[in-house]
Amino acid sequence: MSAIAYHRPSSLGEAAKLAESDPEARILAGGQSVLPSMKLGLLAPSAFIDLAALGELRGIRANRQSVTIGAMTTHAAVAESAPIVAAIPSLAQLASGIGDPQVRNRGTIGGSLANSDPAADYPAAVLALNATIRTNRRALPADGFFKGLFETALLPGEIITAVEFPVPNRAAYVKFHQPASRFALVGVFVAQTSTGVRVAVTGAGACAFRAKALEDALGRRFAPQACEGISIPPENLNTDIHASAEYRAHLIPVLARRAVG
Amino acid sequence: MNAVRAPLIGRSVERKEDYRFLTGVGRYTDDIVLPGQSYGYFLRSPHAHARIRSIDAGPARAAPGVLAVFTGEDLAGIGGLPCGWLIKSVDGSPMKEPRHPVLAEGVVRHVGEQVALVVADSSALAKAAAALIEVDYEILPAVVDTASAAGHSTSVHELAPDNVCYTWSIGDEAAVAAAFAQAAHVTTLELVNNRLIPNALEPRAANAVHSRADDSYTLYVTSQNPHVERLLMTAFVLGLPEHKLRVVAPDVGGGFGSKIYLYAEETALVWASKRVGRPIKWTAERSESFLTDAHGRDHVSTAELALDAQGHFLALRVRTTANMGAYLSTFASCIPTILYATLLAGQYATPQIHCTVQAVFTNTTPVDAYRGAGRPEATYLLERIVERAARELGVDPIELRRRNFIRKFPHATPVGLTYDTGDYEATLSRVLELADVAGYPARKRASAAKGLLRGIGYSCYIEACGLAPSNIAGALGARAGLFEAAEVRVHPTGKVTVFTGSHSHGQGHETTFAQVVADRLGLSLEDVDIQHGDTGKVLFGMGTYGSRSLAVGGTAIVKALDKIVSKGKKIAAHLLEASDADVEFEHGEFRITGTDRKKSFAEIALAAYVPHNYPLGTLEPGLNENAFYDPTNFTYPAGSYVCEVEIDPQTGHVRVDRFSASDDFGNVINPMIVEGQVHGGIAQGIGQALLEGCRYNEDGQLLTGSFTDYALPRAGDMPVMAIELAPGTPCTHNPLGAKGCGEAGAIGSPPAVINAVLDALAPLGVTDIDMPATPHRVWEAIRRHAR
Amino acid sequence: MAVAIELTVNGKAVAAEVEADTLLSSFLREHLRLTGTHVGCDTASCGACTVHVAGRAVKSCNVLVAQLHGGDVTTIEGITPRDGSLHPMQAAFKACHGLQCGFCTAGMIMSALDLLEHRPHGTEEQIRAGLEGNLCRCTGYQNIVKAVGMAAKAMGS
Repeated sequence: MSAIAYHRPSSLGEAAKLAESDPEARILAGGQSVLPSMKLGLLAPSAFIDLAALGELRGIRANRQSVTIGAMTTHAAVAESAPIVAAIPSLAQLASGIGDPQVRNRGTIGGSLANSDPAADYPAAVLALNATIRTNRRALPADGFFKGLFETALLPGEIITAVEFPVPNRAAYVKFHQPASRFALVGVFVAQTSTGVRVAVTGAGACAFRAKALEDALGRRFAPQACEGISIPPENLNTDIHASAEYRAHLIPVLARRAVG
Repeated sequence: MNAVRAPLIGRSVERKEDYRFLTGVGRYTDDIVLPGQSYGYFLRSPHAHARIRSIDAGPARAAPGVLAVFTGEDLAGIGGLPCGWLIKSVDGSPMKEPRHPVLAEGVVRHVGEQVALVVADSSALAKAAAALIEVDYEILPAVVDTASAAGHSTSVHELAPDNVCYTWSIGDEAAVAAAFAQAAHVTTLELVNNRLIPNALEPRAANAVHSRADDSYTLYVTSQNPHVERLLMTAFVLGLPEHKLRVVAPDVGGGFGSKIYLYAEETALVWASKRVGRPIKWTAERSESFLTDAHGRDHVSTAELALDAQGHFLALRVRTTANMGAYLSTFASCIPTILYATLLAGQYATPQIHCTVQAVFTNTTPVDAYRGAGRPEATYLLERIVERAARELGVDPIELRRRNFIRKFPHATPVGLTYDTGDYEATLSRVLELADVAGYPARKRASAAKGLLRGIGYSCYIEACGLAPSNIAGALGARAGLFEAAEVRVHPTGKVTVFTGSHSHGQGHETTFAQVVADRLGLSLEDVDIQHGDTGKVLFGMGTYGSRSLAVGGTAIVKALDKIVSKGKKIAAHLLEASDADVEFEHGEFRITGTDRKKSFAEIALAAYVPHNYPLGTLEPGLNENAFYDPTNFTYPAGSYVCEVEIDPQTGHVRVDRFSASDDFGNVINPMIVEGQVHGGIAQGIGQALLEGCRYNEDGQLLTGSFTDYALPRAGDMPVMAIELAPGTPCTHNPLGAKGCGEAGAIGSPPAVINAVLDALAPLGVTDIDMPATPHRVWEAIRRHAR
Repeated sequence: MAVAIELTVNGKAVAAEVEADTLLSSFLREHLRLTGTHVGCDTASCGACTVHVAGRAVKSCNVLVAQLHGGDVTTIEGITPRDGSLHPMQAAFKACHGLQCGFCTAGMIMSALDLLEHRPHGTEEQIRAGLEGNLCRCTGYQNIVKAVGMAAKAMGS
């Protein structure tokens, strides 16, 4: 007999109320991170708050200035979206490489961002493209959203509703796979935006972060060669059985260079 | 006159077993639900080494849906899990055989060791109750590392205070020393053969039920050898009458060695099923598979090769430390000895070889046979040192191999084997063409233009398969026979069911064996069914491992078919009023030689079962024959592999670009199936070389305990493989001329890949790298030499 | 907590009360006895349990059946013709020897069908990438990739 409760709210307000009233409850978007964590005993929520009935959280809107993706939109839908492919092809390409096809058919952008897995792909795009994360309460800027390992700026009861990506001049994401998990051992997103060059790194630290040294170098000269000689300090980067901090630090400019050129 | 159909042997016929697997109606152990089904869950040790001060199972016993909780105390009266091969140390003393309890008794010796069994109405309830069991552990220091286990300050077992299970050797040490004294050149190599986790895709599972009606048991289990499982479990552990346990291994989702062994889980389930009075099912979660399926490899070796001035091998000297893990698994002791050191001659006429093997206990999961079992370790060592010697001497590695090939057969090696036949030049020459070695320099230039390093690597492997002549195995310490058994049951209508002691868990026996039977009896493939995997149906069997099924199991079938034909001739002679000697059997017809007087196979079958006109005075009715076959020698499949890799020097990523193989398996029944076996073996070999490496931390915690940390090859990691089956040199001592094919790919491929990686990195000064050559390792090797 | 669900499985309406944390894989195997869908891991890595939800490949071990209320699920049993013949994808796997032990096969076929329907599969490299979510330990993938290519031709996709 399982003690876990299950809620399928029919409005965002109801979902938020449920989440606020039970801090141990877990919001379920696609469930692609929640369920594996539960199976491994890393997570034991008191209740599921399933957002499946909230159709308004699904969908993609794009214009010349920006692309807005509903929080419950799957990675596959982003990868296959013609407007996104036209406006920000690097974002569609990133989505087409998340996890594997089955994960992309269930996993959602909102779920991915709220989870803030240190090796997830989307956080790199959000930071590099200077996206805005819209919630049921407010609009959050990308900078400052990712706080640490599985930690974001979201408050209890706060639910991501959509993510708005400004269209960059150009951008690219290069991912180096951790061979077993298919997550990013290191992933680097480089974007030339209206406010300057932004370079975001995932897989290397506790959460996605911007690489200022590369941004400065590419800001001076947006060319592959600009990444040469830039060294990223390995302090604070992850070391695990797949890669040392030094190796990850080494890969960041290598992948940035490939993203540029 | 019947149209004579083309032989089925040698044809790539589609598999008879595929329909059920393709449509989801296969029947694997976990698919079986018995009336009154209950579920077992094993509480496992979270520590690598700890003393159990106390276990409080009270709250678990009182939990909802719980039927029983058992601990080591409950099972204290039964035997330990046995090891099937006695190895003696150099000093003549027997190996140390510590008790291997079914449930831990006072001490746990590896993470994942089973401490308690909870039986409940559902697996979720059993798991929830297990969390309520309070175990008070006194944590002890752990021995983890293979190389430093011997003489470690901590002992895994009191019985082996220095952690040494045995120190064994083979070969003439003095003659080897003398040869080294004469050598013009000596190449040395230290290497690690990385520990692997087999990961058959179906997790282990068992379902045991006791019948009060006749005090008998039935066990459904993911086993490669149900009869051996029954024998070991009843006679050595549970003390049950052997005939009161039926073991059924239904559809089994891959084994690769890991499902050969008698494991604690199914043993505990059988024992508990009578006490609980309901069938008990347990299915491993993948995390449990990682912790408890026997692991493979894990050798640390030093090798020295002595050569004369012309590049002829004079002698090979090897010292290997092999990790047994915390307990001796069923065949653990023979893997790094009998199946390893005896293969160190490879394809070469090296006159003297000496090898010392020290087997050690550690606080890790038991290690046993994994696809290839000893032979990959031997091949990796030999093919690495040969290629290194070639590089040191500035000789072409192909030329060095050719200079040392065995060219006359039979050939007795200095490590105890006699190769009956082979043609190593043929497979090597062919693979060089297949691999387009001539086009390699152009490909290397093209890679360089992209900033990539290309390398090419070779491997010439041999294996000893068709395990095994029982008398030889017995002399070497085997505690079991290694024959195979078969029964051919001809039905009154002339249809045939064959019962084989081999077990198919992906190998396609239901097709391959049926091809043999259909050809021998002149029947269509549809008229023949192959049954296996059930001790209630099959007379006996030693099971499937060591690439033995066709060479040994298939031969047993052929021997039984011979008896069928012989009896059929007698029946035909009676019906045709001729003498036995004048009846010949061909294409499904018994015919009086030189005449058109004949009886079909079906007519003879009918006469045997409706014996109205039948020589009842001299011949029994019925048409049903058994045969046991014990081989007279091992078989010796061999071949040559070429691998080309492309390395990204900035990231260290290795991509296998081309892989070519020419294999001599003797006669081949179904090339499609055989090529499939090679594909799979090579994938596991590429996995070992580039992706797969079991890692523990110093406390004995498994760091690679899931598919998110232990990388199995995926489709995108694999190249298109060019496989060609050589016309081959048929095995000389079995009637099928078959040698075996299941392990070759996993044996031959790792050195080809690593030799290619080292060839690519040679211009940077890199001369050595350990498996798996992950991007991180390759980058570190490059960086070390760049400094 | 028990949750009432209604969904369509292989074209048939199914109504059940399940625990909130019941995975689709358990529901299919244990409640509906559709044992063609296999479970090979506990980290949603191996893809053996792949089925279709609304026509898209999904790992059934990584979805709660409660999430699929009102949904449409197809399993290997659902794509198999009733007359004893094979779906073109199944036939291609047989013709190409794209299976050995059979444990990964159902999931592999369901993924391959999703690939042909929804993603680029014109090159061998695309097929390999398209099967990224499925592990096979027996075949080295060579004949699986060949089978998917053959099925693509047979199905005109």
